[in-house]
Amino acid sequence: MGVLAKTGLQVLEQGMSGFPARYEWLRKPETGLLMVRARAGGTGDRFNLGEMTVTRCALRLATGEAGVAYVQGRSHRKAELAALADAMLQGPAATKVREAVLRPAERFLDDEADRMQRRAQATRVEFFTVAREAE
Amino acid sequence: MMGTVDLSSIGSGFEHPPLASQSVFRDALDSLSQPGSVIPISAAVKAPAGVDTAACALLLALLDQDTRLWLSPGIAGGGAAGFFRFHTGCVPTVKLEQADFALIATPGERPPLDQFLSGSEDFPDRSATLVLQVPLLEAGSGWTLSGPGIPATRCLRVGGIDNLFVIEWTHNRRGFPRGVDVFLTCGTRVAGLPRTTRLEA
Repeated sequence: MGVLAKTGLQVLEQGMSGFPARYEWLRKPETGLLMVRARAGGTGDRFNLGEMTVTRCALRLATGEAGVAYVQGRSHRKAELAALADAMLQGPAATKVREAVLRPAERFLDDEADRMQRRAQATRVEFFTVAREAE
Repeated sequence: MMGTVDLSSIGSGFEHPPLASQSVFRDALDSLSQPGSVIPISAAVKAPAGVDTAACALLLALLDQDTRLWLSPGIAGGGAAGFFRFHTGCVPTVKLEQADFALIATPGERPPLDQFLSGSEDFPDRSATLVLQVPLLEAGSGWTLSGPGIPATRCLRVGGIDNLFVIEWTHNRRGFPRGVDVFLTCGTRVAGLPRTTRLEA
């Protein structure tokens, strides 16, 4: 789910285009705010980091598998596709969906991480401290 | 707390949640402000097994994550708990005396009214609201209702309920402003019994 939620809409659109499916909504896509909580250093006191916009939905395929999605942002389509993929990953088409959707999605995330890394590296500043000479 | 909800068998809620909730909320207000009137609920919903359309729609509109829902034994084991938890975020409870809302599938399963939360003198709103499903609900000779919201008297015919309810209801009324409120439902119809209504069999 993490991969499906974080990847781009185009990646999902492309990946899922080969898997038409009949399904019914259990919960139509709805957008709201979620409070993100964190602990300083992973062990400190819990505090509210801030709110983020989240779209969620739940659906059930005609074959019975249910899929759930919580994605960042307001794209109803992305939540729908992520939930569809989630449902199909539990069904007979799981292997194909994994190849067609999850792999490209993971690649997309890796590329994105690389790009961020390079951007950060490009503006890297080296600090030197020069010891003061003894007077 | 209960575990995860089984999504493979859960029914869909309202088709258009905001509009349907508002329309059902309006019906609920109407039925409480005109006690004993039999009001049809128009919102379409696929209710879990053992739950009336009207009862289901009412609870979908009224419940939220701050309310605790008690289900009568006949439906507690079925899909109803998961259904309401998924669609409203409510907290299903097995403790009768903590419930803000209670869904009672048949009159025979009804616990005594004084076992439910009745609020306090300072906060009479912290009382339970009961949704009681009955096999027959129509305007007609049976109970005679009077009180606020009723011009003179109003007649209501309710099936499957014994006289004990009327006696307990008199006690419930005597505790005013404390006391429980009841929605009677049958199929797609609802009738409200707020704690201010007098009831004669």
